[in-house]
Amino acid sequence: MYDLAQDNRLPQLAGIGYKPQHFQSLISAPGAVSWLEIHAENYMGGGGRPLAQLRALADRFPISVHGVGLSIGGEGPLDPDHLARLKHLCDWLNPASFSEHLAWSTHGDTYLNDLLPLPYTEATLARVCAHIDEVQEVLGRPMLLENPSTYLAFAESTMDEVTFLSEIAKRTGCGLLLDVNNVFVSATNQSWDPVAYIDAFPLAQVGEIHLGGHDEDEDEHGAPLLIDSHGREVVDPVWALYTHTIARGGAKPTLIEWDNNVPDFPVLEAEAARADMILQPALV
Amino acid sequence: MLQSDFTAAILDPTAPIPSGMVDPKGRPAGKRFNVYRNNLAASLTDALETGFPVLLKLLGEKSFKTLALIFSRTHPPTSRALSQYGAAMPAFLEEFQPLAAYPYLADIARLELAIRRSYHAADADPLNAAGMDPDTLMELTPVLAPATQIVTSPYPIHGIWRRNTQTDAPKPQPTAETVMITRPEFDPIPHLLPAGGTAFARALDGRTTIALALERSIEAEPGIDLAPLLTLFLTSGALTFQKGPDQ
Repeated sequence: MYDLAQDNRLPQLAGIGYKPQHFQSLISAPGAVSWLEIHAENYMGGGGRPLAQLRALADRFPISVHGVGLSIGGEGPLDPDHLARLKHLCDWLNPASFSEHLAWSTHGDTYLNDLLPLPYTEATLARVCAHIDEVQEVLGRPMLLENPSTYLAFAESTMDEVTFLSEIAKRTGCGLLLDVNNVFVSATNQSWDPVAYIDAFPLAQVGEIHLGGHDEDEDEHGAPLLIDSHGREVVDPVWALYTHTIARGGAKPTLIEWDNNVPDFPVLEAEAARADMILQPALV
Repeated sequence: MLQSDFTAAILDPTAPIPSGMVDPKGRPAGKRFNVYRNNLAASLTDALETGFPVLLKLLGEKSFKTLALIFSRTHPPTSRALSQYGAAMPAFLEEFQPLAAYPYLADIARLELAIRRSYHAADADPLNAAGMDPDTLMELTPVLAPATQIVTSPYPIHGIWRRNTQTDAPKPQPTAETVMITRPEFDPIPHLLPAGGTAFARALDGRTTIALALERSIEAEPGIDLAPLLTLFLTSGALTFQKGPDQ
């Protein structure tokens, strides 16, 4: 079973997704930013500025390595070369945490550069668990698995998402990364109750929380369709859902994700400070 | 749902949406599936715009987006590290009829790919010849640093690159140009490599002395002025020493 105290060295405070344009601000005045998350795939080159900056940051901040390309939900086997590159990065950096997604992104030799959805069935459950076993075995460390944002459902699914994720955590001993914005996006798109989702979620297994911004659209029937864009502030209903999550599950390392239209550092820092305000009472 | 069907449909906006994907009321997913199509097209276009800034400037945003969309659908990434996405772009451009009147674009794409390779290449200690006596220098057997890249073209690719990245650059002249990219610290710098320079660079294999490599460059380009060539290689961080197995 994933042990929050032992398997995760991220502080139970706010962090941000690292963008190179914020390097100087982070070194000189990080403010409310207590830790950083990087996308593993951006640090698989041989050297140069990316790895030099990462090494300098790792001397000052706990780092979370977040993979986006492992394709854990893929029908095919995991790519052994990619897994080896991940291991190389984790061995070099010894990050405070490693996480990946409940999604697929490759088919054969094609990499689709997105987090694609999968049906929740006994067959997909077995496949995802086998892949997580392999990842944890190769990396020699437990991982966190993140709930996806989804825009559609599969008629063939036989269990709900929380049941599916809970079962994965139980079978593989992995922890979970709870993206509260993804819960809000998926719940809106799928007509679920987001509070009921959080209340059913195994929060004791959650090693990290994500917060990000989304865009609003609607489908051809006029139903709301939220898009997980990571391009703006966290909206108030997501902050409310986050506050509910912390009240219920206690303080968790919390990441502000902002990957598109990246703002100046003070805007991100203010979002981190807002998360810290919600986390502080839960820490005592 | 078969992921092969999903993949085919996401890459081809005219393909039917695979069955079994639904909205909360059980109706076919329709526009909801298009979110995945749009995400893929937008993220790959972004990656290509970031990776080919001079090509973007030469074509303009509208034409580049059209090119990026056609390219990304027919040549989706094969690696999860998008820093090298677009390796197939030069060959694609050579065959791309609408841009056949601009044959230098493929070599500009090659140059931009080489700059990216240089940016991400392994670090190396540059050969430091400061204060070294010339006889000692001539007997050294360096290699090209991992970040050193050479791109040869029948077109003035260095001039075109400068014209589109620097404010005071002169108009490119119609001549063949070879570019050597070096990375003294973290930022790749494209240098114009004089004729004969490629022969010098290619000769440096870790066993060949600088003296012998200079002879190779004279064979390739009998009129070559050796002093500026050597200065370029010794001051740009182009060279390093091969590490032995136990170093």
